[in-house]
Amino acid sequence: MTRFSAWNVFRNGLSGQKGWDRQWRDVEPKADYDVVIVGGGIHGLATAYYLAKKHGLKNIAVLEKGWIGGGNAGRNTTIVRSNYFRPGNREFYEHSLKLWENLSHDLNYNVMFSQRGHVSLLHSPGAVDAAARGYNTLRLTGSDAEIWGLEELKQEIPHLNYAANARFPILGAAVQRRAGTARHDAVVWGYARAADQLGVDIIQNCEVLGVRRDQGRITGLDTSRGAIGGSKIGFSVAGNTSRLWDMAGLGTLPIESHKLQAFVTEPLKPLLDHVVVFGVGGTHFYISQSDKGGMVFGGDLDWYKSYAQRGNLPIVQDVSECALSILPCLGRVRLLRHWSGVCDMSMDGSHFICKTPLDNLYLNAGWNYGGFKAGPGAGWFFADLIANDRPHEIVAEHDLKRFERGYNIDERGAGPDPKLHG
Amino acid sequence: MIRINCPYCGERDHSEFTYGGDGSVKYPALDASMEDWLQAVFQRENIRGVQTESWHHVNGCRMWLLVERDTMTHEIHSVRVAHPGLQQALEDPS
Repeated sequence: MTRFSAWNVFRNGLSGQKGWDRQWRDVEPKADYDVVIVGGGIHGLATAYYLAKKHGLKNIAVLEKGWIGGGNAGRNTTIVRSNYFRPGNREFYEHSLKLWENLSHDLNYNVMFSQRGHVSLLHSPGAVDAAARGYNTLRLTGSDAEIWGLEELKQEIPHLNYAANARFPILGAAVQRRAGTARHDAVVWGYARAADQLGVDIIQNCEVLGVRRDQGRITGLDTSRGAIGGSKIGFSVAGNTSRLWDMAGLGTLPIESHKLQAFVTEPLKPLLDHVVVFGVGGTHFYISQSDKGGMVFGGDLDWYKSYAQRGNLPIVQDVSECALSILPCLGRVRLLRHWSGVCDMSMDGSHFICKTPLDNLYLNAGWNYGGFKAGPGAGWFFADLIANDRPHEIVAEHDLKRFERGYNIDERGAGPDPKLHG
Repeated sequence: MIRINCPYCGERDHSEFTYGGDGSVKYPALDASMEDWLQAVFQRENIRGVQTESWHHVNGCRMWLLVERDTMTHEIHSVRVAHPGLQQALEDPS
């Protein structure tokens, strides 16, 4: 494998770019592995990478039913931040953000992580007070936060809608400077390449069709590329967790599958330097500008349960209205594409990294629509769980039994209705 | 846009409705066991295929409906009024 370096880029520039290898091997699945991860998204590939790198495991496979980067890894709005506040979530997302900060070096792959700052607009005195509380929590737990008044916000982002007669006038913003965006494809490609270098078999076009069980253990998986055995199995398949769970004969989960849309406009010259979030009353909207110039944005779920990877029109209208509410200058910009991904919406809006009723099955699921930023951290903690057969204390409460204990980890305080968590 | 054929109002865009959730969930008696309540409140079948779900025609007749809809294709197979007495009255007005 050719290492990426300034020298190699220079050398290949002189030799017609012919000196690069393929990024990861195209292997035939073996009959047996020590660890099989189902799901070749950011989470699954990161898990395999940390299992090999940090825990020294060999003989690992990642099964992907489509192609690497074709699922939710390629369908998100690429926002990375750590401003979560519940115990467990706070530490988890901070750890993930720290992994992001060194990810390009760690993987020898430029994931284009850009710490451009995450700016949540504030529209009421109550929101300003809540932001102050969030600011204190972040600052007291080893993270960064700022509160911007109107003057500072106007200097940083002059072209927001500051009209005094706006429906929701802007009063200021809560800001996390270390937050930002990354190149979504590069993250999965980088993890796939780095995991492959450590000997992980990445098997694409390999859909799990059945789960073989012997009492309290999984003995193997029936896939579209034949039977594959594994001593330990990890499920890491956002959106389709319930289907695998059902195949394993395990009944129901505290998860519903909903779809979330994302949008990109035609490319513009540099317009927006930050991630801007607009959330007040019934609205929920987030926007940033990609390195290609497209305005990338999204909003709420489509509001009804669905496994279809396509979105509905009322949300297109809804996010367009939000866009024009805060950035009226986008009025004549044309929408280039919109698409949708299927999310595991959990009953309290938080994730599961846990053991399961089966001895050798481990679960990483329920990421709602925050799975992108969580990717490196989820891989790190899921690998830790699989290697050590016990959850790390930071994710110890993030198990399937927490509802039985009455322990909801509900960032939004929305109650047990999956479509209301974001 | 999904179109829902409301028994009272006729076929309307789904944006007139709000989604209520899994219509097959039956809440147990108030004094039922914790396990029964856990299942009803937190556990979901999460079907990929045809499921029964509730929709509220909130910007129309404001009636709750039970809709059989395919969660993969969004095709609607049946719509009926959630209240069994009202559904019966619609079917047999005499």
